[in-house]
Parts: sequence; C-alpha cells; structure tokens
Amino acid sequence: MSASASEIGVPTAIAAFGGDGPAPVRIVVGYGFWIFLLSDIIMFSALFAAYAVLSGQTDGGPTPHSLFELKHVAIETLCLLFSSYTCGLGSLFIERRRLKLFFILFAATFALGAIFLSLEFSEFAGMLAQGAGPSRSAFLSSFFSLVGLHGAHVTVGLLWLAFMMAQVAAQGPRAYVLRRILCFSLFWHALDIIWVAVMSLVYLMGARI
Amino acid sequence: MIDSVRHSSTEDLAPGDRQSHSASIAAYTVGLGFALLLTAASFIVSQAHLLWEPGVAVGLAVLAIAQMGVHLVFFLHLNSGPDNTNNVLALAFGILIVTLVVSGSLWIMANLNGNMIPHSVLMEMQR
Amino acid sequence: MGKLTWAAIPLDNPIQMGASVFVMVFIGSVLAIVTFKGWWKYLWSEWLTTTDHKRVGVMYVLLALLMLLRGFVDAIMMRSQLAIAAGSAPGYLPPEHYDQIFSAHGTIMIFFMAMPFMVGLMNFVVPLQLGVRDVAFPVLNAVSFWLTATGALLVNVSLVIGEFARTGWLAYPPLSELQFSPGVGVDYYLWSLQIAGVGTLLSGINLVTTILKLRAPGMGYMRMPVFCWTALASNLLIVAAFPILTATLGMLLLDRYIGAHFFTNDGGGNAMLYFNLIWAWGHPEVYILILPAFGVFSEVIATFTGKALFGYRSMVMATMAICILSFMVWLHHFFTMGAGANVNAFFGIMTMIIAIPTGVKVFNWLFTLYGGRVRFEVPVLWAIGFMVTFVIGGLTGVLMAVPPADFVLHNSVFLVAHFHNVIIGGVLFGAMAGYNYWFPKVFGFTLDKRLGQLSFWCWLIGFYVAFMPLYVLGLFGMTRRMQHYANTEWQPYLIVAEAGAILILCGILATIAQLVVSIRSRARRRDLTGDPWDGRTLEWSTTSPPPRYNFAVMPRVESQDAFAHMKETGTAGVFPEKYESIELPGNSPNGFVTAFFAVITGFALIWHIWWMAILGILCALLTLLAFGWIERINVEISGEELARDARARMPKVEPV
Repeated sequence: MSASASEIGVPTAIAAFGGDGPAPVRIVVGYGFWIFLLSDIIMFSALFAAYAVLSGQTDGGPTPHSLFELKHVAIETLCLLFSSYTCGLGSLFIERRRLKLFFILFAATFALGAIFLSLEFSEFAGMLAQGAGPSRSAFLSSFFSLVGLHGAHVTVGLLWLAFMMAQVAAQGPRAYVLRRILCFSLFWHALDIIWVAVMSLVYLMGARI
Repeated sequence: MIDSVRHSSTEDLAPGDRQSHSASIAAYTVGLGFALLLTAASFIVSQAHLLWEPGVAVGLAVLAIAQMGVHLVFFLHLNSGPDNTNNVLALAFGILIVTLVVSGSLWIMANLNGNMIPHSVLMEMQR
Repeated sequence: MGKLTWAAIPLDNPIQMGASVFVMVFIGSVLAIVTFKGWWKYLWSEWLTTTDHKRVGVMYVLLALLMLLRGFVDAIMMRSQLAIAAGSAPGYLPPEHYDQIFSAHGTIMIFFMAMPFMVGLMNFVVPLQLGVRDVAFPVLNAVSFWLTATGALLVNVSLVIGEFARTGWLAYPPLSELQFSPGVGVDYYLWSLQIAGVGTLLSGINLVTTILKLRAPGMGYMRMPVFCWTALASNLLIVAAFPILTATLGMLLLDRYIGAHFFTNDGGGNAMLYFNLIWAWGHPEVYILILPAFGVFSEVIATFTGKALFGYRSMVMATMAICILSFMVWLHHFFTMGAGANVNAFFGIMTMIIAIPTGVKVFNWLFTLYGGRVRFEVPVLWAIGFMVTFVIGGLTGVLMAVPPADFVLHNSVFLVAHFHNVIIGGVLFGAMAGYNYWFPKVFGFTLDKRLGQLSFWCWLIGFYVAFMPLYVLGLFGMTRRMQHYANTEWQPYLIVAEAGAILILCGILATIAQLVVSIRSRARRRDLTGDPWDGRTLEWSTTSPPPRYNFAVMPRVESQDAFAHMKETGTAGVFPEKYESIELPGNSPNGFVTAFFAVITGFALIWHIWWMAILGILCALLTLLAFGWIERINVEISGEELARDARARMPKVEPV
C-alpha cells in the first residue's frame, strides 16, 4: 500500500511503526502497572525533595546524627534485599508451575518484610518515646512522612502478598492470578529501589550530620 | 483481546518479564550479589574516612544510583532490547521528571534561602 | 460525631441557605422523577455500573457541565459584588463569604469542570479513534470517574454543611494552616482534591496504557490522530504531575491533622516549599488541560477544511516538546518570592521557549485553513475564536514571563485576565468545540446550529467584555481577591466586566437551550450515516451512537486519517464476509461502591469523625479484596449476533 495523499512527509515504514495491533493482556496489565509505579516514584520524589530541603531544620530538637542507628538500617536493608530475591525467585517458580517452591519463597518474602516492618516500627516507637515525633520539627515531619510512606507501602505489599498466596492456594496459577503476581513483584522490587534512596539520602547522609 | 499467558508476542515484553528462563535464577543471584556489594560499599563510604569529606555525598549518590541500576537490570529485567523500548522510554520519562522535581526544588529553595532572611529569623523580627 | 454539630448548617446565611435549598430541591426532584418513572433499574445497569468507555465519558462531561453551572454562579456573584462594592458601598457579600466563593470558583472550574470535560472527551474519543473496543482497564475507568464525582460531591456538600476554604484555589500556607484556618473549609478542599486526584491519576494511567498498547492493526505511532497524540501527552503529564499534588496536599494534611511542620511558621517549616511543590504540579496541570483542547482544534480544523492537517509531524513534535517543557517553568508562578536573578532568568527564559512549540501549532492550524474550503459549522467557530483569543492570552503570558514585568503584575487582576484568557479562550472553547463536534457521534443526532452559533458569539464577545477591563485594571494596580475597593475610578470598568459576565450567562443559557431544542427535535436530526461531518478519523467509521463494542471488526489502518483514506479507496462501510466473536468487559458496581465508601471516609475525615473514617476505609478495603477475589468474566458476543447487529445498524456511507 503506497502512502496516500494524507501521509505526505512520513515514509510508510515509519508511519506503520508500532502498528502491530493491540498487545496481549499480560503486556497491557504489566505496562499499566509499570506506569503506576513510575507515578508512585514521582510521589516519593516530592517527599524526597521536601526531606532534602527540610532535613537541616531541626528547630533546636534532635538531629539526624543523634537519632539514627546504622546497625538497625543495615539489618532492614538486608531484609529488603533478600525479600526481593525470594520474591523474584517465587514469581519465577510459579510460572514454571512449581507451586510448593512458590509458597516457600513467598512465605519467606512475607517473613522478611514483616521483620523489616517490626524493626521500623520499633525505631519509630523509640523516637516517639524520646519526644522526637513528627510534630517536633520540620526535619522530623519530613523524616516520618518519607520513611513512613515507604513503610505504608511495605504494609500494603504484605497484605497484597498474603492475598496472592491465598488466591493461588484457592484458585491455582490461572492467567489473571499470574498477571497479578507479575504486578506484585514489580511493586516489591520498586519498593527496594526507593529504599536504596531512603537508606543513602536519609540514613547514611544523615548519620554524618 | 487474547489472553496469552507468556511471550505470545515477539514484538513486546511486559515490564518485569524476562526473555529466557534458564538465566533467571542466575540473574537474580548475580543481582543480589551486586546489590549486597554496593550496599556494603555505601555503608563503608559513609562510616570509614575513605573519601575526601565533601566527596562523601557524591560517592553515596553514585553508589545509590548504581544500585538502583542493578535492581532495574537484574530484578526488573530492564534492558536495551527492542522489545523493551516502551518500558525503558516510560522509565526515562519518570527519571527525567524525578530529576527535574528534586533538583529544581533544591536549587530554588537553596537560592531562596541564600537571598532571603531565614523564615524563623523573620518571625522573630516581627515579634 | 467529631467536630460536626447542628451549628455547621449555615442557617444564618440567606444566600448559602437559598442555594442549598435550591440544590436539594433539584436533586430531590431528579430522584423523584427517576423513581416515579421507574428508571432506577435502567440507570443502575446502563450507567451507574457501566464500564463502557463511551458512557463513562458521557458521565464525565455531564459532571463537567453541572459544575460549569455551579462555578459560573460563583463567578457572576463575584462580578456583581465588585460592580457595586466601590468606595463606601460594602456590596452584598461579607468578606468571609466572598473568600469562600472565589476559592470554590477556582477549585470547581479547574478540578471539576475543565478536568472532567477534557477527561470525558478523551475517554469517549480516544478508543474510537484508535479503532479499539475499550480502554485498557475498563473497570478502573469507572472507578476513576466515580472518585472524581466523589470529590465534586464533597466540594458541594461544603455549601450545605460547614464552609469551604477561604484560601484561594491553591490553599497557600501559612493561611491554610490550622493556626489561621481552624475551620473545616480547608479540609473539605484537601480531601475532595485528594480523592478526585486519585481518580484522575488512575484515568491517566489507563489512557496512557490504552494509547501505547492498544491500537488497531496498522495504527502506527505516526498514524495516530493528533487528538490521540495530545491525549497521550496530557495523560503522561497527569501521571507525572498528580503524584506531586497528592504528596504536597498530603504534607499540608499532616500539618493540619498531626501537627507536622512542613509549611508552618514555627518548627522550622517553610511555606515557600509548598509554593514550589504545588506549582511543580500546577504548571503541568495547565498543559494537561490545554493539550487535549489543541487536539480537538486539530481534528475540527482538518475535518471542516476537508484537508489533512498541515505539518502532522511538527504537530506531534510540538506536542511532545510542550509535554517535557511544561515541567521546567513552574517558578514563573512565584517570581516574586525572592529567588535570585539566575533562577528567575532561567525560568523566565524557559517560559518564553514554551511559546515556540505553541506558535508552531497555531501556524499549522492557519496553514491548514489556508486554501481550504472551510465549512463554518459551530465547532469551526469555536476553533477560530480560540485561535484569536488564545494568541492574545499567550502574548500576555509571555509578557509576564519577564520577571521584572511580573513584579509589577503579580497577583494583580492582569494575571486574572491572563489566565482566564487562556483557560476560557483555550480550554473552554476547546471543550465546547469538542462537545459540538462529537455530540452527533455520542447520541446519533446533531445539535441545533443557530443556537450553537448564538452560544459561541455570546461567549466570545462576553469573554472580551468581561476580561479586557481586567487587563486595564491590573495595570492600574488592582489586586486580585478583593471583596471591596476604595478607588471609585475602577468602578466603571468593573460594571463593564459585569456586563460581560451577563453576556457569558446568555452563552450558557443558549447552550442549554441548544441541548433542549435538539433533544426535542431529535427525530429529524437523526444522523443515519455515522459520519455527519465527512470526518477523517476512525470514530466516524462506525455508527452513531457506536455499539457497545465500537467496531464489529477491528479496522485495519493503512494511512493517517484512516477513515478518509478508506473513503478514498472505497473500503469504507464494506461489510466483512465473516464476523468473529468478541469479548467485552461486563458491568461492575466496583466504581460506584468504591465512591460510596470514599464519600463516607472523606466526610468523616473532614469532620474528624474517626470511627466513621475507619469504618469507611475498612469497607473500601473489603470491597477491593472482594472484587479482587472474584475473577471477572467477560461477556462474549457471537459472530452471528454481530452480523445481525451490523445489518440492523447499516452505516450508510457512500464511497467518494
């Protein structure tokens, strides 16, 4: 088919690029979720910007240096890294229909995520007990909201994870269940990426100030 | 719309889907190894006095970005293959926006703080 | 019940009570008619639970038109107040009420009029233009709409119960902090925008995915209609900008609810951080609104000149350039905050640069019109009115992009005139052009032309009469958001502006009359061809209104302006030999139920009724889990049924 009068200026090969018809559902779902994750990361970036601007504004209250326990952070980081690993392997095995391995690996992911959350919770509780709550200073407001938002994401992730395990147990590895597991593992890995930024900007930089 | 479970289209790939099965466990393991190394390096850079003092922030930023790259490539299976173009383009757009928002905010606010009396001092003066 | 008491109902304010009673009587009578006529079942199964992108789009536009009325009532109240409140005359609105009115006007017009209008048009048109059967995530689409409607409902509830914000449409701190705005007004503002913002974000994700992953075979990127390109750019901006809004408003919420210190005067907070972040959303938002309007004008001008759009490639590039550049100019909204010359110069220059791709577009439209046989139907009138008006508005914008000039004009009514010039002259004209252009496709009959023309002329002249005086007043030094002014020399200008507002009122009434007259005479306005304007893109290749599945057989695209090409080559309207069965998403109450709990949760959070908020969140979570557990079953339509349907509809297209 030669280019018609209305296609002057664009070679047919270029014009037709991308014209393979609608993509399969798995790709559509995965892509949509990918876009959602990008928007989520942009939301975090606004909080990172706020933290970077306000982290020096301690208002005479506790400073990052006096509050952060790097040993804590190291364990939290290890938990998340290994949970990403188990999550990735778990999603790999369910696609090979190795359900038992999937359950073991996802249970491990859940456990690691729960350990992370409990560590974070105890860190927050300790800070609150010292009077270093989010209403103490602008630095602490931005700290609690940034790290807390990540923690909230992990909490939602754990709920979702439990839901997916229940769904696989009850309904088996059906196509739409597998699509959700793809989305979940994208979500879980993205949380890791955000944690890397939190660890570096908030904790490692903060511990020096 | 046909519900194809895996790899029905050679043109396109869902984000997070990998091309070949056999390499995957190895890829995850290698990725985990890299991530652990980079994390350890970050902790060392921040705690030990290896780098010139003002360079620590840059060092940490470089290590963090490298680790995010490792996560993207080994865990999220993002690569430069043609079937990944759309995923990578979307990511590039996201990174651009994140960079603009964060660096723009820092620049604007630093400039403001440099030019204006700090807010708290201003409030004191108005008392 | 938290902060909620009977005192929240403003019985002492006759204007507000009158409006509330009117609204309640209106809603009550609509509900009564629906019940009396037994339309509930139809309403529930065909509209409230629909996942059809076309119906969702229609509901968006309906919401936008209703909110246009609400926002316009606010506008004419302000204009009337300013026409009389000069010198010793206090006017009829007390300051605290006037402040609520201008805040509500801005909030409603941007978030609940312009946004739903554009999202509605995109929802309806984009899948049809791409030649597919629905958006990527149809159920999510319905959820998005219902969340937007929730936000609109909460804003309007504030009219009856409690109060609205008195802070202006962006609720700048420290004024919007608890210390200075202790009432629930700002909370109404924040929660309704948070809920509607989630809806907008989800619909942005949905449309980006649709455009990038679901196109008819052969519809390459460089064959997509320009409206799809502008919709893509606009939705990319939604995906990139709305999370910033959510985060920023979230921080303000934390300041107000748990005593955080992001933007407070004490505790190390920094109010300018809010300005910075809110405009990092706010400037892209302007382009989120205007880009689809650019798309509408491109379609309208190409169709009614009977030519392919001039400079398709440059149009696409200009659109994407605006998409990126719009994220690099946000500081021009607060040049006066005290940043250094380098920062102001950078953002000033970036702002001027963004005028270049916009200029490219204007020239493309002009060159399309040049030498064409223009049919002056109503959409073309809006398009030409737009080109003149928008260029003037753009020029005043470039003027204010010069930081020293902005120091003079900042927060004056010159600025008010400027952004109304681009938003009315750009977004609203675009919305009206799209409304007149696609109405026959949506409902299967055309709109009355004479009343449409009347509406256009009233709006166009009314706009100039209403806002040109404000440019002058701005140069005189009149600041915005004033409830009363001492300088009586300004009064004549403001009386003229009031006259302009009344002309615009005539325009709105003409639009309503156009709708009513057209519906009453729909029998003879019936469009049987599906292609009343000799259109060029795929939405015109199906019947009007399109069937639920849009296209019985997915069209095969072989050129830009696919339908024009089909008509040229005689492949339009040809019945295929065989119909294959197709799958469609069924109805889902998910959106409606989610919105129901969102209303409860939002209301409870506004009034600090914690038990109700927790209950609402739990119910919403359970809804989500329940809908997630059940596998969604698609509805299958067999090939025979499609063939029968196609014969019954029989689009009467004559190959050229």
